[in-house]
Amino acid sequence: MFAAVLLLILVSMVIFAIFFLLPKLGGQTNYGLATQYVGRNPTREAVLQMEDQLGLNKPVYLQYWNYLRAIVVGGYYGTGPDRVYCPPPCFGYSFKNQQPVWPQMVSDIPVTLSLAIGAAVLWLIGGVTIGVISALKRGTIIDRLSMTIALFGVSLPIFFTGLIALELFSYKWPIFPNVQFVPFTQNPYLWAKNLILPWLVLAFLYAALYARLTRAGMLETMSEDYIRTARAKGLPERTVIFKHGLRSALTPIITIFGLDIGLLLGGAIITEYTFSLHGLGLFTIEAVQNQDFPEIMGVTMLATFFVIIANLIVDILYAVLDPRVRY
Amino acid sequence: MAGDGDIVGTSAQGARGRRGRTVAEASAAAPGPLSGAMLEVQNLRVHFSTDDGLVRAVDGVSFALDRGRTLGIVGESGSGKSVTSLAIMGLHRGGSTTIEGRIWLSGEELVAANPARVRELRGAKMAMIFQDPLSSLHPYYKVGDQIIEAYRIHHPKETKRQARERTIEMLTRVGIPQPAVRIDDYPHQFSGGMRQRVMIAMALVNDPELLIADEPTTALDVTVQAQILDLISDLQGEFGSAVIIITHDLGVVAELADDILVMYAGRPVEYGPAVEVFNRPEHPYTWGLMASMPRMDRELTTRLVPIPGTPPSLIRVPPGCPFHPRCRYAALVGERCRTEVPPLREATTPGHASACHLTAAQKASEWSELSGGNGHGHTREPVPQGEVEA
Repeated sequence: MFAAVLLLILVSMVIFAIFFLLPKLGGQTNYGLATQYVGRNPTREAVLQMEDQLGLNKPVYLQYWNYLRAIVVGGYYGTGPDRVYCPPPCFGYSFKNQQPVWPQMVSDIPVTLSLAIGAAVLWLIGGVTIGVISALKRGTIIDRLSMTIALFGVSLPIFFTGLIALELFSYKWPIFPNVQFVPFTQNPYLWAKNLILPWLVLAFLYAALYARLTRAGMLETMSEDYIRTARAKGLPERTVIFKHGLRSALTPIITIFGLDIGLLLGGAIITEYTFSLHGLGLFTIEAVQNQDFPEIMGVTMLATFFVIIANLIVDILYAVLDPRVRY
Repeated sequence: MAGDGDIVGTSAQGARGRRGRTVAEASAAAPGPLSGAMLEVQNLRVHFSTDDGLVRAVDGVSFALDRGRTLGIVGESGSGKSVTSLAIMGLHRGGSTTIEGRIWLSGEELVAANPARVRELRGAKMAMIFQDPLSSLHPYYKVGDQIIEAYRIHHPKETKRQARERTIEMLTRVGIPQPAVRIDDYPHQFSGGMRQRVMIAMALVNDPELLIADEPTTALDVTVQAQILDLISDLQGEFGSAVIIITHDLGVVAELADDILVMYAGRPVEYGPAVEVFNRPEHPYTWGLMASMPRMDRELTTRLVPIPGTPPSLIRVPPGCPFHPRCRYAALVGERCRTEVPPLREATTPGHASACHLTAAQKASEWSELSGGNGHGHTREPVPQGEVEA
C-alpha cells in the first residue's frame, strides 16, 4: 500500500520532469515552453502571462509542488475575466479545449472501462477453457487446432481483425450495424450489443495468449506429485482436474490478468481507434495529435494510477490464492 | 542342476510357500486368484510405447500378500518397482500404456476392471504414500481439508463434522502434536517428517486393506526416517493392512519386510521370505546390493563393492538374463546367460526363488565366499540403513 503511493508519487515526478524539465535541458526556453500551452497564434502578452501562470520562472520544486497541489485542492488558470477555476482533482487545464482536463477524461472512462471489462470476461473464460481442453487433449487434433488458432490470435493485429470484423458483421451482414457507445445505465441491451464486436476482437488477441498460458500451466500442474496424490485418494477425474489442477494453474494467470486489465484501462488505443469508441485511448491519440500537454500528462497519470491499483489488487489477491505467500 | 525345472506356482499346488504364497509365471488366463491371499499379482506386465520404442517397465512380476504382512520391493532406479505399485493402484499413465496380467485385491480383479470401479477402490481399499511428502500435498489446501476430502469421497453420507473428527483422530494416531490446531495448517507449515505423517494419516483414513509406500523415507532426514518406518510398522499392527514398501534401501526392508522381492530391469530376480533373502541370497544382483551396502557388523576395513556398470535401458533389455552384462559370475555359466532367460524358480528352499542360471551349489559356495565364509551370512536385525544405488 505504502509502496503503491510512493510509486505513484515517483511516477508523477517523472512525468513532471518529462514535460517541464527535459525540454529545458534540450535548450527550450521558458517562453517557448509557455507558447505550447497557449494555443494557436498566441500574442506575446498571452505567452508571457502563461509563463507566469505556469510558474516557469519559479524554482523546480515549487513548480512540482503547485502541480501536485492543484491535483488535491484545485487551482486557477488564466487571468482577469478569463480566469477559470479548475476544481480538484485538477490534472491541469487544456488551453486548447478551454476546459480542465479531468472532466474530459472522466467522461471517457466508462467507454474504456466497458470495453476492457467486457473483453476481459470473454478472454478469461474463453482462453482458460480452450487452454484446459488443449492441455487435457494434448497432441490431439483439438489441441493442435486450438493452438494454431491461438497463434493467429497472437500474431494478427487488432487493426486487422477489427477491420475484418467490421467489414463482415457491420457492413456485409449488418448484425451490428453501428458500433457506438451507449452508456450501460441508459440502455444495457444496446450497451452490450454495440460493444460485442470490439469485445470479441480485443478478447481474441488476449484469449489466444491466455489459452497458451493456461495450456502450459495445466500441463505442468497435471504432472505434479499432488495430482497423483489426488488420484490416489480416489477422487473423480473432474475433481482432480478442476479442484487440484486448475486451481494451481490459475494462480499465475490471475496475476497476469490483473496487470493486463490495469494496462487496458489506461486506454485500449488501437481497439478504440478501430471502432471509433471515444475512450481514454482516443483521448490520448487526440491529445498527442494536438500536442495538448496538460491532457497528455493527465492521461499518463491516470493510466499509471490504474496500473498501480491493478498491481496492488493482484498482490492482495495472490496472498488470498496462495497460502504460501500469506505466512 | 538341482531344482532344475522346479518352477513355482504354475498351478494351485504351487501354493507351497508360507501362507500359500505363489510365485512367478502364473498363467494370464488363470480364472481367479490362486492362493486366496488378500493381494495377488499374476504375471504383471506394464509396457509404455514411446517415440524411441517400447519400454518394458515391468515384465512378468508375480507375488502375493496377506493382510498384516509386509512385502519389500527392492531395486535400483528404473527397475520397475514404482511402476508395479502404480499399476496396482491403477495410476499408470493411460493412452500409451499397455498393462497385462492379473491383479486380485480381495478376490476382485483390477487389470480388466472398469476404471470407475478401480477409482472407487483407490483410497478406500488400497492407498499409497509417496517419496516426497512436500510435493505430494497440495500447497494451496489445508492438510485437514485434504484428508477430509479423501475421507468424504468414500463416505459421502457422513457430515463434514464427522469427517473432521475422523481426521483429527487420524492426525493424533500418526503422532501430530496438537492435531485440533494443526488440522487447519498448510503443508508448508509442517516439517518433512510431519508431512509424511500427514500423508500416512490421509492414506489410512479409510482403513485400507493395502498400503503401498513408495520410497516413504527417501526424501527425509536420516533421523526422521526411522520414526516414519516405526510409525508404518505400528499402524500396520493396529490397522492390520497389508503393506508394500518400495525402496532401494535394504536397511528399510530389513526393518519392516516379511517378504522381499528384488527387481532388476522390470523383472523379478529374487523373491522369498526376508530372513531367507538376507541370510542366503541366491541372485548375484542381490549379492551386489548387499555388498554395496555399508553395514555395522562388518569391519571398517572391508571395502564396499559397487555393482559394475549401469542399469540397462528398458527399451533394449539385454537378451538372455538381463543382468548378465554386469554379472561377475556369467563366466561360470557361459553362453546360456546371453541367450536364455532364467526362470524364477526355487533352488533349495521352498518359497525362496531366484532367476539365475547358476546351480544351487554354485550359488551357495559363491555367497559363502562373499559373505565371509560362514555360509549363512548375517542376521536380520543389525542391518543398518544404507543406500544401495550402484
